[in-house]
Amino acid sequence: MAKTLHETPSVTKGRDVTATQTKTPESPKELREMSSGRGAAGDRIFSGAALAAGVLILVALVAVAVFLVVQALPAFVAPQSQIANGQGFWPYIFPLVVGTVIAAAIALLIATPISIGVALFISHYAPRRLAQILGYVIDLLAAIPSVIFGAWGISFLAPALVPGYTWLSNALGWIPIFAGPPSATGKTLLTASIVLAVMVIPIITSVCREIFLQTPKLHEEAALALGATRWEMIRMTVLPFARPGIISAVMLGLGRALGETMAVALVLSSGPLIASLIRSGNQTIAAEIALNFPEASGLSLNTLIAAGLVLFLFTLAVNILARWVISRHKEFSGAN
Amino acid sequence: MKALRFGRVSAVAVVAAGALALSACGSDNGTGSSATATGSATSAGPKVTGTLTGAGSTAQSAAIDAWKQGFTAANPGVTVQYNPVGSGAGRKTFISGAGQFAGSDAAMTSDELTQSNAVCGTDGALDLPVYISPIAVAFNLPGVTTLNLSPDTIAKIFRGTITTWNDPAIAADNSGVSLPSMKITPVHRSDDSGTTQNFTDYLNKAAPSVWTDKSNQTWPASLPGENAKGTSGVVTTVTNTQGAIAYSDDSAVSGSLGKAKVKVGSSWVALSAQGAAKAVELSQPATGRSANDLALNLDRTPTDTSAYPIVLVSYHIVCSTYKDQATVDLVKAWENYVVSDSGQQTAAAAAKSAPLSSALASKAKTAIASIKVKS
Repeated sequence: MAKTLHETPSVTKGRDVTATQTKTPESPKELREMSSGRGAAGDRIFSGAALAAGVLILVALVAVAVFLVVQALPAFVAPQSQIANGQGFWPYIFPLVVGTVIAAAIALLIATPISIGVALFISHYAPRRLAQILGYVIDLLAAIPSVIFGAWGISFLAPALVPGYTWLSNALGWIPIFAGPPSATGKTLLTASIVLAVMVIPIITSVCREIFLQTPKLHEEAALALGATRWEMIRMTVLPFARPGIISAVMLGLGRALGETMAVALVLSSGPLIASLIRSGNQTIAAEIALNFPEASGLSLNTLIAAGLVLFLFTLAVNILARWVISRHKEFSGAN
Repeated sequence: MKALRFGRVSAVAVVAAGALALSACGSDNGTGSSATATGSATSAGPKVTGTLTGAGSTAQSAAIDAWKQGFTAANPGVTVQYNPVGSGAGRKTFISGAGQFAGSDAAMTSDELTQSNAVCGTDGALDLPVYISPIAVAFNLPGVTTLNLSPDTIAKIFRGTITTWNDPAIAADNSGVSLPSMKITPVHRSDDSGTTQNFTDYLNKAAPSVWTDKSNQTWPASLPGENAKGTSGVVTTVTNTQGAIAYSDDSAVSGSLGKAKVKVGSSWVALSAQGAAKAVELSQPATGRSANDLALNLDRTPTDTSAYPIVLVSYHIVCSTYKDQATVDLVKAWENYVVSDSGQQTAAAAAKSAPLSSALASKAKTAIASIKVKS
């Protein structure tokens, strides 16, 4: 037992947290037998296939990037007075970037605690049968197409939130983000963010649940044996162990929230950038592209693709940042 | 975009009936009704075959789906492809020679006409009005199903200068209606749209002192109000919001919403398909075009009180000459079907458009008859 406990941290220092083991590995002898002889050809084929898959994803990414840059170029080199009704590209894109960031940030602010809570409940609190059912339901939520979330947002959620917004503007109207008059339709950035939160919850929850289940049983048992309550056990073993995984899950959710198009396009009553979240206004890049793409041609099409390029680069930057954060926290991951 | 599933089912029925009517008319009588003319055009000669490609307006796509079914039922050897990429892109595709026709919510500009000479020969392209859709000014006021709204009042509501329903300007035109002191929430389209273009054109011409923005397929960004995506989004939003008002293709407006009567001359005109067709019929042809080009300067301020002036007209743009006889026959047969009575009824059933008036349909037929092989 002591030996296993000692070994676990070194294993979990690896990048891929989801791959850490709860299963006991086969004996070394067994493994050696499998890799010898006819296994060698299989090994080469598999490593080739894995390499091809890795290269393919890079090629796809580069192809998209090249397309975006080539198609966006006219919007950067053309006289700025011809872009977006004479606004110029940067004044046009700036409010969209801010709107996108705000919508995604609120969505994550709502979704992250809920998701972690749901995942913890499934992995550590719920009776086994209930946990299974809940797991299925969460995965089902992830399979609903975004246009359905959009339709739900526009015809159910938005009208239902109007009284809440009216109350917010009366009670907390002195805070700029709740400044009135509130939207009569409820189609505000806050509503869009809530819809986004509902959409990213299943993603974050699924990943978190898997990671929480990977926590070494012996750590948990050791904590309990030392007299920790269940919550203390989770705080001391599960959460530190899962931290990089949680960050990965949140980043996955962030990607969805940043790029979500249809739901936002349907739910948000777009407009110029404003501080208030309960008035109609603001817009996200993805929704802006979706709304204007069908009838766009010529330079306005280039402008939209340039907006897409900005979103692409922004998402890339966020992901790089997230990777950096994970690598910084790597040494804590094994609860050592 | 009009997605009407039920409409499409009934469209099939109408198409079937139309096809029967076509074959019947072709053989027995020739009294000169428009259906007869088409009947003889499509069924007199050998049936046309080939592939017809078009692109453009999204507003027309429901109608084109219905026309496709009706036309290919009568001409099994024909394939019609239509790509609803938007009016501007459709015209561009057409000018590049990539298709035989374009669907467009606006006629060709004079620049585009000049460019079209490259593929269409020296006489250039022809604009044929084929699809008329009345635009409703719809509102959600409990207990109120109709209101009289003058162009100035509509313009002020959508500019945000009239903000409550019991405003004296509205009350003055609606004596006897109890108007609540509810806040008005104007709702417009968030996506670019031919509906917006025609509605703003109406406001610009009928209420020039209030509506100072030019007509545009994008709603003026400086104006207050809420927006929603697509016709269905606008209608859903208005239906869910008391005190909201919007403009929308009439086909999508649900029964629970009220519709405004608009002021024409000194009387109030309710929306109707006939009224919309009448307004288009009364419109003057655009100037500086060839005799067979039927581009219209829509008359937004008619004096005839049977005309409802808030309409969207969508065109088919075709060449005056094509490179070979087969293409000419194909385009003629298709366009003749589209403007025929049965074609227009098919579209009306599928997309709730207003059928062309017979005067305009016969003008369109004359124009279609002039299409010939490039010499």
